[in-house]
Amino acid sequence: MSALRTSHGDELGRRKFLSGIIGMVAGAVAVVVGLPAIGYLISPGVKRQSQEKRLILGPVAGLTPGIPTGFPFSRKIKDGWVESAQTGVAYAVTHDGQNVKVFSNVCTHLSCRVTWDPDKGGFFCPCHDGLFGVDGEILAGPPPRPLDQFQTKIENGQIQILLEA
Amino acid sequence: MADTHPPRPNQGQPPLPRGGQATLEWLDERLGLRTIWTTIFARAVPQTNWFYTLGSASMILALLQVITGMLLTIYYVPTPDHAYDSIQYIMNEVTFGWLIRGLHHWGATLMVITVFLRMLRTFFMGAYKYPRELTWITGALLLLIVLVFGFSGYLLPWNQKAYWAGSVGTAVVGAPPIIGPLLLRIVRGGDQIGAVTLARFYGLHIWWMPIALLALIGVHLYLVIKIGITSPPERDE
Repeated sequence: MSALRTSHGDELGRRKFLSGIIGMVAGAVAVVVGLPAIGYLISPGVKRQSQEKRLILGPVAGLTPGIPTGFPFSRKIKDGWVESAQTGVAYAVTHDGQNVKVFSNVCTHLSCRVTWDPDKGGFFCPCHDGLFGVDGEILAGPPPRPLDQFQTKIENGQIQILLEA
Repeated sequence: MADTHPPRPNQGQPPLPRGGQATLEWLDERLGLRTIWTTIFARAVPQTNWFYTLGSASMILALLQVITGMLLTIYYVPTPDHAYDSIQYIMNEVTFGWLIRGLHHWGATLMVITVFLRMLRTFFMGAYKYPRELTWITGALLLLIVLVFGFSGYLLPWNQKAYWAGSVGTAVVGAPPIIGPLLLRIVRGGDQIGAVTLARFYGLHIWWMPIALLALIGVHLYLVIKIGITSPPERDE
């Protein structure tokens, strides 16, 4: 019987054959654990579940033109294995009683909460004295961009906003 | 310009092999890799049989348990209000979470079996005798550690089975007269299985036991290599 040969042309003895098999089995085990482990580690960052929710704030008729009205909201969101509450205030503004813009109260600078300040005539952020106008535009301070707006829809005279993530 | 460097030590010798081989040579010269390899893997062993692979099998399983266990700690939390939920999260939401937990679960069962069979092999072949008493003692301790691993890990899922198995299992500690009730309270961290029990079992499972296991495997392996292993006994020995 002629001896088996390796790819290098050496004789494939029992020792070499067995260590080759061991190497292959070890490699297979490493792949079976290693590849799923990558998916396992990155999955919460990669798999994003949509947690969109429509929220009814109230009637358009209840708004005073030119003066923002704050609607506090709270909803449950899934945070891994914990149910936590997301709270915030949505500021609805109308000028003509028909078109409504709804602003988030999260400052675009460092995510502090802004409040409508009638004396300053704008949304004021106490953290770094950021000031936004009635339409969310920057008036003063460090904010890099205007206040974020919610997607808004009016149905049967009720203001609806879309909460994301 | 004249070359002022002293002559290189390997002048006149064949050039070093290139690529991976050269890197290996460089490392070997400084770390003694070949010696380590020869001592551990290419050492002389007597005529053996398949029963002699139970030790390597146990160690590979231990390695797998360490890796899958480390992965599980990424999501698992040892508190009564979230332990169960975090495992549900691993099983249902995390990619391949079921696989990683499954490997850890079945690996644990298999490890108890291989380590136990290994002890039986050593016992029946009389391999615990002089000069291998310490190998035997460390091996027996390793078996106990594996059992503590199994028991402490059983509580962590915090489901009904875990809770009641933990309740019954710890009750064993309360059996001795006089000091029993005190020992039981110490093990449980209170009168009943609860948040304190879960936290201390978790600490035991992921810190104390692994470090004890790895340290003892080190001693055990050293002895196996230093003293060597026995050949299977002959019929009239």
